[in-house]
Formats: sequence, structure tokens, C-alpha cells
Amino acid sequence: MIENQGGNGAVSDSILERTLRAGHFAVTSELGPPQSADRNVILEKAGLLKGYSEAVNITDNQTAIVRMSSIGAGAIVIQEGLEPVIQMTCRDRNRLAIQSDLLGAYALGARNLLCLSGDHQSFGNHPTAKNVFDLDSIQLVQMVASMRDECIFQCGDAFKGQEPRLFIGAAAAPFADPIDFRPYRLAKKVQAGADFIQTQLIYDVPAFEEYMEKVRTMGLHEQTYILAGVGPLKSPGMARYMKNNVPGLLVPDQIIERMTAAGEPWAHIGKEDLTKEDKAARSAAWKQEGIQICIELINELRRIEGVAGVHIMAIEWEEAVGPIVEGAGLHPRPAIESLPA
Amino acid sequence: MIIAEQKPFEEIKTLIGEAENILVVGCGTCVTVCFAGGDREADILASSLRMNGQLEQRSREVKHVTVQRQCEWEYLDEIAPDIEESDLLLSLGCGIGVQAIAEHFPEKWVVPGLNTTFMGLPLEQGVWSERCAACGDCVLGLTGGICPIARCSKSLLNGPCGGSEDGHCEIDPDTSCAWQLIYERLTAMDRLDALLEIQPPKNWKTSRDGGPRKIVRQDLRLVSEEAGDD
Repeated sequence: MIENQGGNGAVSDSILERTLRAGHFAVTSELGPPQSADRNVILEKAGLLKGYSEAVNITDNQTAIVRMSSIGAGAIVIQEGLEPVIQMTCRDRNRLAIQSDLLGAYALGARNLLCLSGDHQSFGNHPTAKNVFDLDSIQLVQMVASMRDECIFQCGDAFKGQEPRLFIGAAAAPFADPIDFRPYRLAKKVQAGADFIQTQLIYDVPAFEEYMEKVRTMGLHEQTYILAGVGPLKSPGMARYMKNNVPGLLVPDQIIERMTAAGEPWAHIGKEDLTKEDKAARSAAWKQEGIQICIELINELRRIEGVAGVHIMAIEWEEAVGPIVEGAGLHPRPAIESLPA
Repeated sequence: MIIAEQKPFEEIKTLIGEAENILVVGCGTCVTVCFAGGDREADILASSLRMNGQLEQRSREVKHVTVQRQCEWEYLDEIAPDIEESDLLLSLGCGIGVQAIAEHFPEKWVVPGLNTTFMGLPLEQGVWSERCAACGDCVLGLTGGICPIARCSKSLLNGPCGGSEDGHCEIDPDTSCAWQLIYERLTAMDRLDALLEIQPPKNWKTSRDGGPRKIVRQDLRLVSEEAGDD
């Protein structure tokens, strides 16, 4: 038990963990598996992301839409030389299924896990499905930590042999309601055993600074690695949608204005008169500004004490990750072979 | 109480099929209070079925009767003669009432006229809201009297998730976020400490997940031998 836990305090041999423990500013990114059994989609996306982050989150039926499994896609990603962060939701599996899947994931080479409650199935493409929610995300963190650190299953039975030495993550939504409770909820996740945290998308840096101040007062930044979530905007419409429709997301008007201004050269053209070429050029201008804003956000976020890295969510836009990481001066990623014992 | 609502008329017509002597059985308890299956609703549904039978030129007799509690066999005994005369029973009781009839009159075909929806309370005239999921292991003492099992869309024990906005659940703007309510109540009562403790995984064995449930109270039983099968 915990044989490979050296004096460096590492709980796993994840590259993400080693990067963080070595004191480097870490980068994670995200890979959305396809709504098919097409391995090539994973290969293409892995090719775009390789070398730009320590680890790549593989979403688990994100927004409750059926996609290739996180563990399946994660195994392919490992073959491509990337390190996955397996995302696991409580929506689709009970405690038996989660534990057995995680044993399998570890055996396939997975070393990082992100524990989530999961989007409710009513948002997805199977709204008539029965949900599970046998556990919640905090109980999931606790269960995996017990499997790893004590070699016991959730029922309390001890097991022999290899334990799943996973670097355990959880999510945080700093601006979700009730906002005053958010640092305390983070504390519960840390207490449950979360080694790292990936936050919801941050666009409002001053608001996040306030949150981090409370987090630091509670000493949580010294007990877990907090990776601030960022994501490039594709259009002013996307920015407005996020501001108005996504709970727990703060998008300052200033950012919406910048995105709008990026499309200014086409603003005088009537909607019907926009040619295909105009639309493509405007989209490219928007995306360029979206990437630039994301780079600036990373530069601001990394100055906040207690922010150990960034999690870049370029949803269905994996091409953006390279330019963002390079633009933020975070490329090449540090070479981490091993930590001192 | 148990809240139910009437099935669509077309579905009821399909369920009764070619039956000629139909008895609509109302219930005088929960479904009367929620205006789904009391005497008034049974009367109206029986009339509707008679009119529909005439329109479709069917030979269809429809009577209605209402018992005080459809979920207890002794009340059903009172209407045994009406039941005997019918070839189909259309129950306007909850799912328990339908099954009580099926068990007590095994030679009769019974169909449901209601969808039993939840256990809840009226918020105002005409509005009902779920309150209890009958999980069999009440947590209300931890959550200020607001049930996260029945009222949180994900039944979280360590809520709130990040999905509520202005106190509403992300799945429906008309649904209150149970955890927002819990948070506000515990804050107001100066008991927020209760939310800082991690609640362990729930024992769902006492819920439906443990299989069909039964309670045997020997102190109340009139015969001392082993309780029979269901």
C-alpha cells in the first residue's frame, strides 16, 4: 500500500502531478470525444493538443450527450503519448460501476481523474433516461481517495493487489449560487481528498481574485492545486450567450465589447449582403480576438497567488490551444522526467 | 399526500377498449384533495365515457362509485356488488388503489385512470409540488427540513452543484434549487456548520433500490405467526 509514494509526497506518477509538485505553472486542456466510434477523431485532436499541456481532460458524455467513453478515448490518447484526465460523472454510473471502471482505467494507464456530479440528463440527447446519482461528486472524491490510499472499496472491504494510484481532481464554480458558500464547498472537496481543482470558465478576473482571497484565507491553495479555467470565445454571440444563459459564468461587458469590435469591419454590411467570404473573414477576426483575450486572461490569472495552473477549455476548437499556450509564453512545456525521491 | 393527475382521455379510451360494463371507481382521500380522482372527477369521467360511447355508437354502460380509501380492502368490500356487475374497473385511485382492487378482486380487469405523480403538498389552489421521495432514511434533520433527495434534481447530499441561478434549478426555471433553500434556511437559523460536514454516500437500501419494501410491526399484529408474502 502506497509503496510508490516517495518523500516528495506524490500520490501518483501522473505528469500533471509531477509538474505541479515541481512548482511549474501547469496547463491542462480538453478533448471532447466524438459522437461515434471513430478513433481517427481522437487521433486528430490528440495531434493538435500534443506538447501543449501536461494532461488532457477527456469529457464524460458532456452535457449528457452520448459520446465515446472517457476511458476508451483516454486509452487511445495514452497510445498517442498524451496523458489523459479521465472525467467521471455520477449521473450515469453507480458506485459499483464507477469503482470497476476506475480500476480498468488505471490498468489502461490513466493517472488523473476529475470527479463531477454531471450535467442533468434533461439537457442532453436522452432526456427520457433514468439518472443514477448514487453518489455526488464529493462522495466520489472520497471513495477514490480511499481506494487509492487505504485499498478499500466504498463498502469498506479491503482489496489486495494494485490500488488505482490516481491524481484526483474536482471542479469548482467560483461564481455559482449561492456565491458566499463557494469557498466552503471547495473546502469540502479538498477535505474529501481533491488533489487538484479545475474551475469553471473565468472571464472576470477581479471577481476571481476576490474568490481566491477567501480561498487563501482558508489555506485551501496550500492543500490543493487550483487550475483556473479559461476558454477562447468564438464570437460576440457566444460571449453574450455565456453571460446570459450559463449559470455561474461572469462575462464582463468589456470582453463582449472587444469581441464585437473585432467584427467591426463587417458591421456596416447588412445581414443579407454578407458573402460567405465575409463571414469566414469575420469569424477569423473574432476567433483571433478570442484567442488574444484568452492569452491575456491567462497572464492575469497566473499572477494571482494560489493559482497553480490553467485549464484551457476550447470546446470543439482544439486548434486554438497551441496558439493560446504559445501566446501566453507557456510553450514549450517543462520536461518532467521524475521527481526527487 | 399523494398527488396524481388524470390520464389523457384518449389513453383512457384505449385502456378500456371494448368493455361494455365499466365501473369508474373514485377515491375519497388524497386524489379527492388534489382534484384528480374524487367523486366529482369520477362522475365527470363516467359521463364523458358515456357520451363518447354514444358518439362512437358503442354499447357501453358506465357507472361510477367512490370509496373513502381505495388503498384499504375493507373499504372496497362496500362496493363489491357494483364491482361484480362490471366487466372492467377504471380506477381513479392512485397506483396503490388500482393494485388494491386488482388484489382484492382477482377475477376483474382493472385499469388506471390516473398517473400517480408524487408525494407533495398544494402550494396554492391548483399548484402542487413534490416534497418526499420515500427514501426510507430521512435526512431532513440535517437539511433544515428541506429534502435534497426529493427536491434536488440530482439528489445531492453535498450540494449545491454549480447549476442554479437566482435560486432556480438549471433544469427548469420554475423549480426552486433545493440547496439554495437549504443554504438560506440554515444561514437564517445560524446553523450553517451543518453544511460544512461531508455527508457520506447514502444507504439506498431503504429506498426502492433495496427492492419492494414492507414493514412488519409485531406489536400491532393480531396474529402472531410469520407475516405472509406480499
